[in-house]
Amino acid sequence: MSWVVPSLWLIPVLPAVAAGVIALAPRRCRRFASGAAIGSMGVSLVLSLVAFMHTVGLVSRGAESRQVFNFTWFQFGDKVLPLGWVLDPLSAVMLVMVCFVGLLIFIYSLGYMAHDDNFTRFFCFLALFAGAMLGVVIANSLLLLFICWELVGLTSYLLIGFWFHRPTAAAAARKAFITTRVGDMAFLIGMVWLYAGTGTLLFYDAGKGCLETTAIHSLVMRATGVGMAASTGISLLIFLGAVGKSGQLPLHVWLPDAMEGPTPVSALIHAATMVAAGVFLVARVYPLMAVTAPEAAPPAIQAPAVAVAGQTERAGESHGATSQSHEGQHGGAPVSTALKVVTWTGVLTALFAASIAVAQTDIKRILAYSTVSQLGFMMMGLGAGGVAVGMFHLITHAFFKALLFMGAGSVIHGCHEEQDIRRMGGLKAFMPVTYMTYAVGMMALSGVPLLFSGFWSKDEILHAVQAWPVSSLPFVLGLAAALLTAFYMTRQMAYVFFGPCRLKHSASHGTHSKRAESTPHESPRVMTVPLIILAVFAVLLGFFGTPVWPWFQSFLEGRAARIDAGRLFTVGTLGLIGLSTLVVFGGIYAGWRLYGRRPPRKAEAADPLEAIYPEGYAVLRNKYYIDELYDLSVVRVTHWCGRMSDWLDQTLWAGAVRLVSFGFVALSWLSRLFDEYVVNAGFDQGCRKLITGGSGFSRLQTGRVRHYLGMLALGFVVLVLVMLWRWRP
Amino acid sequence: MLAWTIYSSFIGAALLMVLPRQHASLPRIVALVTAVLGLCLAFGGAIHMGSGELRTIVRVPWVSALGIDYHLGADGISLTLVVLTGLAAVAGILFSWNIATRPHEFFALYLALIGGVYGVFLSLDLFLLFVFYEIAIIPKYFLIAIWGSTRREYGAMKLALYSFAGSAMVLIGLIAAYVAAGSSTMNLMDLSAANFSRGFQMWAFPVVFIGFGVLAGLWPFHTWAPTGHVAAPTAASMLLAGVVMKLGAYGCLRVAMVLFPEGMDVWGIKILWIGSWRDVFGLLAVIGIVYGAMVALVQKDLKFVIGYSSVSHMGFVLLGLMTLNRVGLSGAVLQMFSHGVIAGLLFAVVGRMVYDRTHTRLLPELQQLHLNRTMPFAAVTFTLASMASMGLPGFSGFVAELQVLIGAWRAFPTLAVMTGIGILLGVAYSIRALHQAFFPDQVKTAAPAGPEDPVGNPISVSERFGVWLLIAASLLIGLFPGLLLQWIVPALQGPMFEALKKGGNW
Repeated sequence: MSWVVPSLWLIPVLPAVAAGVIALAPRRCRRFASGAAIGSMGVSLVLSLVAFMHTVGLVSRGAESRQVFNFTWFQFGDKVLPLGWVLDPLSAVMLVMVCFVGLLIFIYSLGYMAHDDNFTRFFCFLALFAGAMLGVVIANSLLLLFICWELVGLTSYLLIGFWFHRPTAAAAARKAFITTRVGDMAFLIGMVWLYAGTGTLLFYDAGKGCLETTAIHSLVMRATGVGMAASTGISLLIFLGAVGKSGQLPLHVWLPDAMEGPTPVSALIHAATMVAAGVFLVARVYPLMAVTAPEAAPPAIQAPAVAVAGQTERAGESHGATSQSHEGQHGGAPVSTALKVVTWTGVLTALFAASIAVAQTDIKRILAYSTVSQLGFMMMGLGAGGVAVGMFHLITHAFFKALLFMGAGSVIHGCHEEQDIRRMGGLKAFMPVTYMTYAVGMMALSGVPLLFSGFWSKDEILHAVQAWPVSSLPFVLGLAAALLTAFYMTRQMAYVFFGPCRLKHSASHGTHSKRAESTPHESPRVMTVPLIILAVFAVLLGFFGTPVWPWFQSFLEGRAARIDAGRLFTVGTLGLIGLSTLVVFGGIYAGWRLYGRRPPRKAEAADPLEAIYPEGYAVLRNKYYIDELYDLSVVRVTHWCGRMSDWLDQTLWAGAVRLVSFGFVALSWLSRLFDEYVVNAGFDQGCRKLITGGSGFSRLQTGRVRHYLGMLALGFVVLVLVMLWRWRP
Repeated sequence: MLAWTIYSSFIGAALLMVLPRQHASLPRIVALVTAVLGLCLAFGGAIHMGSGELRTIVRVPWVSALGIDYHLGADGISLTLVVLTGLAAVAGILFSWNIATRPHEFFALYLALIGGVYGVFLSLDLFLLFVFYEIAIIPKYFLIAIWGSTRREYGAMKLALYSFAGSAMVLIGLIAAYVAAGSSTMNLMDLSAANFSRGFQMWAFPVVFIGFGVLAGLWPFHTWAPTGHVAAPTAASMLLAGVVMKLGAYGCLRVAMVLFPEGMDVWGIKILWIGSWRDVFGLLAVIGIVYGAMVALVQKDLKFVIGYSSVSHMGFVLLGLMTLNRVGLSGAVLQMFSHGVIAGLLFAVVGRMVYDRTHTRLLPELQQLHLNRTMPFAAVTFTLASMASMGLPGFSGFVAELQVLIGAWRAFPTLAVMTGIGILLGVAYSIRALHQAFFPDQVKTAAPAGPEDPVGNPISVSERFGVWLLIAASLLIGLFPGLLLQWIVPALQGPMFEALKKGGNW
């Protein structure tokens, strides 16, 4: 199977080529466009599965599971800038996930976008996105990753603004692009710094890569001006890139607005894959993030390597025998500053976004805030537990969140483009398949115990946070976020699927009543079948990462997994399972009590929570006024600076120029005056003298012949006298 | 072969003046043939040269008494810029296919300008270089003053005065160097080996650098650029941004930095963290990047947005020059090429596609026109050009800016971070201009003002050709930067830049 790694590039290139071909095809070739996109994605999926099985084989044989392929992009002087791709468990898992979810969403889009005029353009962008995203996944160079990362951002921008004739969509696209670029700029600077520090941007390059021990060690030893190690500075800058892409605080503002894009886009890009790219990035550069300064541990030279190993080891065995003993073992191991920042950012985002989701009324916005919150959970897992913990949640979340978004799309489609959950209700009778699958997704997201994947992955994160040596506050906040998650999902379910149908009712008040008056309907097969498939996976996936059989975690670390039922019944594990079960059911109960038992009759009725606590509800409803704050601060300041500079240009520099030119003009005047009264005066005087002289002479010109003859005679006499004088003997 | 790029342009210009005036389409065809010939000669010569090392093409004594030679030669940096000039010349003619008033004179001046530019890039004798530099200024004035638009006399005069002020400073520096070196030669190579005293270099360097920097849009001597670009007709603004600004940057590198490398040494005292001319100009470059971007963010006239974006992008070139390391310098040269292509494209869309058809460039008015529907080709082109301009990977701007940033990080980390802000603002103004001009938010404030197509003439074939030419060039270099770097890097390793290597962390 030696051909697998060298031909890995085919996986991203196929959809990208499909995108290029579709771009050149005329607009009416709808069937061709969708066929090319879906076909290329299918082939990529097959190739990804081959690569995945290849890696699984390597891992089970205990062989080195990371294989790279590097090539030179360009050369400057004696230095070369190589790019490359890598196949390791991390990228293999991501490849399969992206291809699989992507393919399902492509198929789903066939139904969802069927009536859109720009069907071909849509599939072109979608395929381009898939190509770029797969490029991010397999990149073995931070530069290649960045390039694909930017392309992903670009396609995201194009797809959010797909319906650019809607003002909100165009604004959202701009906001998304610029906000994520803020993070990307930090990423770029971090990358430049990393390059300056290590001389390479390859992750793995037979010991010379920037994520390998030598380079990381040199970075840790290097101090910066502000008293932190270079590795910390670089990690934090790269993490800012991840913050932008993954919608973490404080750059989360773009993600909810991004829901202006078509729903398949929200499902694919803003739930399952692209936003997870930030989490993936942190996982990818984890060795850099996790490394700590060597002073903390006695053997100074080996310390970085030890710290890295310690983190991943703990990640893998966090469900192991007793967490206490592990804590004892690793409690002394220092947690790097970068990981502390990652964890805290994740915790705060998880809670913050979950609380906002409680008070939203747009079905997709609720899911968007839920995505932000879940991404926070992933960051939390990465920071406190290691790569495997965060990545497991990333994978399970990708499936159930895609499921939820596509379910929401199905609801919106069935309700004739209605997105306000207050105007829905009772849909379980009209849309049974959507209802069932949505319920599965909702339970997976809330973390209903044992059967659903979200439970296992979230539990793992909570477990890791519980054992975090730095602070115990994240654990409490994480539990609170889990509670809110169950609560807002129950609220949404109750509003959308239970109670009376408020759709028709609202239509009489609504502006466009004609289409809305028809009853909601179930979506076509092409949309529901992907829902069912995803629902199955939303359940099944959890079993790959239970404490009993932590296959996923050991796979990511390149170890074979073993089944050990005993691990489930250790005190720490079981206790936490009990606790989180309690939390989840608490959230669901509260949600059901408020919204399910007496469902609102009318769309205009106040939210029950609003009735209880209107001020708090208003704050949540307005998303803590973050948008307004940014508007007042960043946007204003930038605009003001721009105006200032413009004014400077118009007044100061132009003024200086004018001053100089006035100076010159004044000087010219001076010169002119000098000319006139000094130089000219002399000239004139001279001329005047000449003239006087001339007129004196001119008196001789009398015009009388007698005078002339007299003169002539006089002259002749004088001449003769002179000659006589001259030649006198 | 390369020398013929100069001659063919001037011959073309002369030919145009004597052509019969009856045929309106004849001059543009002659001009196009000349420009294409120039591009082919540039390519052929570049391939013929093979590597990027410095080589003499022609050297004959000219004014022997003063030690002035007619000395043409090229290295990788010249090759890059000569190819850029060829590209910009061809594209400019394609985009001025519709010139109706006095086309003979227009194209003749245009070709004379091109010939002067080729001459500057290929001169190895400083006197000759200066002569060509001046030749390039004169046609610019007439192109703007006769065929220009908004406040054209003002713009043209401002541009000409700035240029001449700059070249006066250059001349002072050159004569000083000539005298200091013993009044025997004007040859660049000989002068660069002349071992001027440090004190002399300390004052001569800034004088010559600013002199050339004026034309490169060095802040705060940049104000000619926006007004000049706006006033100029499309082809002239493409050339102004595309190659004329590069004349300045090229002079900074080839003359100021090569002749007076010690001028960039530290002064020995620090005033507010600034300890050398290098710091001063590095800082000015970064201010230019951020400042240009900020001003571009609040402009109402689309062409002003692009004019200021040129100032911002040329800041990268100057910053790259001041890094004094190989990555930064090669990035600077790459950025010259990249900006030449991208700015040309942007001006082409605004000046030719939009302004010639709608007769407005004001963003609020363009918003009413729904150009994305009436001019989809222009909208797509401008989108691509904006993407390239904001430095998205895949286009040439990214590799160039990346190298400048890497170089700047080594030389001045703080400035590199500030540059990041500039890049960010670059995204902001590009997106803003793109949306306001082509993808307006207001759906139906009023029905589209005019008919469905505001002009009734669709995008012509020549425009399409020009667009594809420039986009292809940007993409090609973005994906395979090695094509140009294989010329640039050996040139930077040549003996001419030997003295520079001592100063920085090469």
